[in-house]
Amino acid sequence: MDLIANLKPAGAEIFLLVMACVILIADLLIRQSGRMVTYSLVLVSLLGCALITVGTHAHGVTYAFNNMFVDDLMSDVLKLLTYLAIGMMLVYSRQYLTLRGLFSGEFLVLALFATLGMMVMISANHFLTLYLGLELLSLSLYAMVALYRDSAIATEAAMKYFILGALASGLLLYGMSMLYGATGSLQLAAVSGAILSGSANQTLLVFGLVFVVSGLAFKLGAVPFHMWVPDVYHGAPTAMTMLIGSAPKLAAFAFVSRILVEGLQPLVQHWSGMLVMLAIASMAIGNITAIAQVNIKRMLAYSTIAHMGFMLLGMVSGGIEGYGSAMFYAVIYVLMSLGAFGMIMLLSREGFEADTINDFKGLSQRSPWLAFLMLLLMFSMAGVPPTVGFYAKFSVLNAVVQAGHVWLAVTAVLFSLVGAFYYLRIVKLMYFDAPESRAPIIFGQDTVLLISVNGLGVLLLGLLPGGLMSVCAVSVQQSLLLH
Amino acid sequence: MIFGLPAISIAIWLPIIFGILVLATGDDRNAALARILALAGSLLGFLATIPLYTGFARDTSEMQFVELHDWINRFNIHYHVGVDGISVLFILLTAFFTPIVVLAGWQVIEKRVAQYMASFLIMSGIMIGVFAALDAVLFYVFWEAMLIPMFLIIGVWGGQNRVYAAVKFFLYTLLGSLLMLVALIYLYNQSGGSFAIPDFHHVALPMGAQVLIFIAFFFAFAVKVPMFPVHTWLPDAHVEAPTGGSVILAAIMLKVGAYGFIRFSMPIAPDASHHLAGVMIALSLIAVVYIGLVALTQTDMKKLVAYSSISHMGFVTLGLFIFNAYGMEGALMQMISHGFVSGALFLCIGVLYDRMHSRNIADYGGVANNMPVFAAFFMLFAMANSGLPGTSGFVGEFIVILGAVKANFWYAFAAATTLIFGAAYTLWMYKRVIFGAVANPHVAELADLNLREKVIFAVLAATVLGMGLYPLPFSEIMHVSVNDLLVHVARSKLPM
Repeated sequence: MDLIANLKPAGAEIFLLVMACVILIADLLIRQSGRMVTYSLVLVSLLGCALITVGTHAHGVTYAFNNMFVDDLMSDVLKLLTYLAIGMMLVYSRQYLTLRGLFSGEFLVLALFATLGMMVMISANHFLTLYLGLELLSLSLYAMVALYRDSAIATEAAMKYFILGALASGLLLYGMSMLYGATGSLQLAAVSGAILSGSANQTLLVFGLVFVVSGLAFKLGAVPFHMWVPDVYHGAPTAMTMLIGSAPKLAAFAFVSRILVEGLQPLVQHWSGMLVMLAIASMAIGNITAIAQVNIKRMLAYSTIAHMGFMLLGMVSGGIEGYGSAMFYAVIYVLMSLGAFGMIMLLSREGFEADTINDFKGLSQRSPWLAFLMLLLMFSMAGVPPTVGFYAKFSVLNAVVQAGHVWLAVTAVLFSLVGAFYYLRIVKLMYFDAPESRAPIIFGQDTVLLISVNGLGVLLLGLLPGGLMSVCAVSVQQSLLLH
Repeated sequence: MIFGLPAISIAIWLPIIFGILVLATGDDRNAALARILALAGSLLGFLATIPLYTGFARDTSEMQFVELHDWINRFNIHYHVGVDGISVLFILLTAFFTPIVVLAGWQVIEKRVAQYMASFLIMSGIMIGVFAALDAVLFYVFWEAMLIPMFLIIGVWGGQNRVYAAVKFFLYTLLGSLLMLVALIYLYNQSGGSFAIPDFHHVALPMGAQVLIFIAFFFAFAVKVPMFPVHTWLPDAHVEAPTGGSVILAAIMLKVGAYGFIRFSMPIAPDASHHLAGVMIALSLIAVVYIGLVALTQTDMKKLVAYSSISHMGFVTLGLFIFNAYGMEGALMQMISHGFVSGALFLCIGVLYDRMHSRNIADYGGVANNMPVFAAFFMLFAMANSGLPGTSGFVGEFIVILGAVKANFWYAFAAATTLIFGAAYTLWMYKRVIFGAVANPHVAELADLNLREKVIFAVLAATVLGMGLYPLPFSEIMHVSVNDLLVHVARSKLPM
């Protein structure tokens, strides 16, 4: 294969890398007041990536760089959604970061490198590429959390994130090395083939699998590997929390499905049992512990844990239904989480973080529109129709029941009921209580427009969820090698 | 379709669109506009449902005015609505009560008027959607969506302990609904990929699955009815809700649960329904007798009527699970009648509460001296609640007791005690509140009904009397559908 044919599927990644370097240099030459130039340039780069991704879309599955890299419908869809999520994150956080002196060139460039890491993860077809993407993402995120140097809590969060993240990477790498030892390959399809041929050492495979799954669970924040999630969500500046809590979940879905479904499908009976335990534990601990939180960022952290558990149920169910529903769930979760963290940033002011749940008291009297949008987001997270969160849960439950695990579906809905309580409490605080402060909410036109689109999107997608569901199912169907 | 227009969709979406318009009027500076818009929307909404009654073919049990459109193709989910002789009455009842609650909150609600009115309009559309939905997912969406406005109504405009009541209401009902969702998804997979409720009626299911499905539905519907022992949310919700909220809760929302038994539990799991009928009847009789006694001891008027509602709804579930035509038609008549009567009673209490800001029976006495017109209306509704012949309350109770005698004399015997207890708690409350010497200076200052209130009560009184004296317009429309349902339920669905 010639060079050009290899480069074409990775066009968006290459473009983003070039742009990140250009922005890094350009930013050195401008003052704080000119930051809007680089900010706009970042948004333009994301737009350019989107155009390239759409433009280079080829029917079917294209492999490049000796099968290390794959370009298929699922990767294109996930990448487009990633650009969207990153772009939204940047718009939401501009004002928030400016007020805290964090709106720097480093932030923008690191965000782009994190995006690049996610793109590589999404398109990886080889253990090394997967790992490379994951580390690029993780290192960018560690640095971004640490960017708020004056805040002790943010620094602590960065340390925790880094140490536990490094541990997880170590586990993952160790597991991968065992799989390599057993199968003699790092390429996903070759690994799968070697396992199917029966020549691989079964003990070694299962050991490797345990480590790989543990590493994945760490990165997803699934119980019992979740301890870093609340601290990092809480400690990081809200803009960084939003970044950690949104787009990487899409990459994580791709990551899990590439490794487990494409690479280790022959071991499904082993890993699905592990995922069931992770899923139930995550839903239980996540939902129950979230009730006790007074800090909304911690509450949303535990809610993320629970949501990831729910997503894993889709992976457990298998088949197009299962993986498609898990992808749909991840996409919807990202949309809701962007809105929720966006709202927290919108309510924050200079020198004031709206990060306790009491800061939402009486919001319906201070700003009925924002309260209504938050209501939609919270009901969507709780999975109450007519918001789209319901369909996310619905499609996963359908996959679970179809796979014959009715009891698992019942367990999942019971924990959703527990979860509904703390989302409902936010609505209660906004609508039933008197406000604690009457400080005016100051926000830019761009953020309020974005949060409106985000909140109403949750409702409109809830009224017409069919299109997005089909996109997810089709991309999973065309991309994952389902045996 | 009527004149080429989708009649049911209009009935569902017209109030919702008006609700959004009312919301758009903004804050309380435009309260007058919000009120007028809400009244117009609710009246138009009611008018829109009348063609469903007049154009209804009485000689078939087929679904009528059916609309079928693709919605979510991936799961074969459709926007599928239609009515039969059972659901059409509830749609009318829902649309009938919306203008009444709008009028009832006309002056009393002073803060966040637009949001209050809009909640009721939107809820009205959603509840009509629940009764009209023929696709299980569409049904579920309406069913859950109903919770959101009611949660806000109780929590924002409710009384002292409103937050507790609102959260309890929401979580109780959500628990049941989520189990129902799993059952619906299971049925979807069993029926070969269809969410159409009529298709569910024909899925063969082994006994074990039927029992589990019945239990899942039971949680959803029994909570809404509410049946003993999952009734405890209702007194809290009623007491804390504003008058309009109580009226809608009692008149419509409780009916949704019983409607669910008719539309889902019985035809989908007929063998399990027969198998578990004994339990259902026992729970119903406990509700009738025990809750009737509980009502007797209440000191709070709203709580008393709330317990009386539970007791009367026990009659409904009793009628359903004795599986004969009398029981079923009696249950339906009782549901309609209870809608009018309990709604009217909550409005009466609301009238007193607006003037005195107390629901305690002990704070009243001798109200008749200052409010003779009110006392007369209240008397009529109290009599109807205790099942006096000539009022609508009598019709349903009488027919259910007839049906119960056919099934088992002792069922009828236990059920008939309600005629005594019902009269006892209602009339005793009436006596303590209305008659006697003027209890305190506040009562002496009470003003009688104003024109707005007179209109509301006159309409309700005419309906209660009309239904009591000439129930045929209500019963003839349901006749064919009820018989068809009974035939269906009598057929076993166990796989051969």
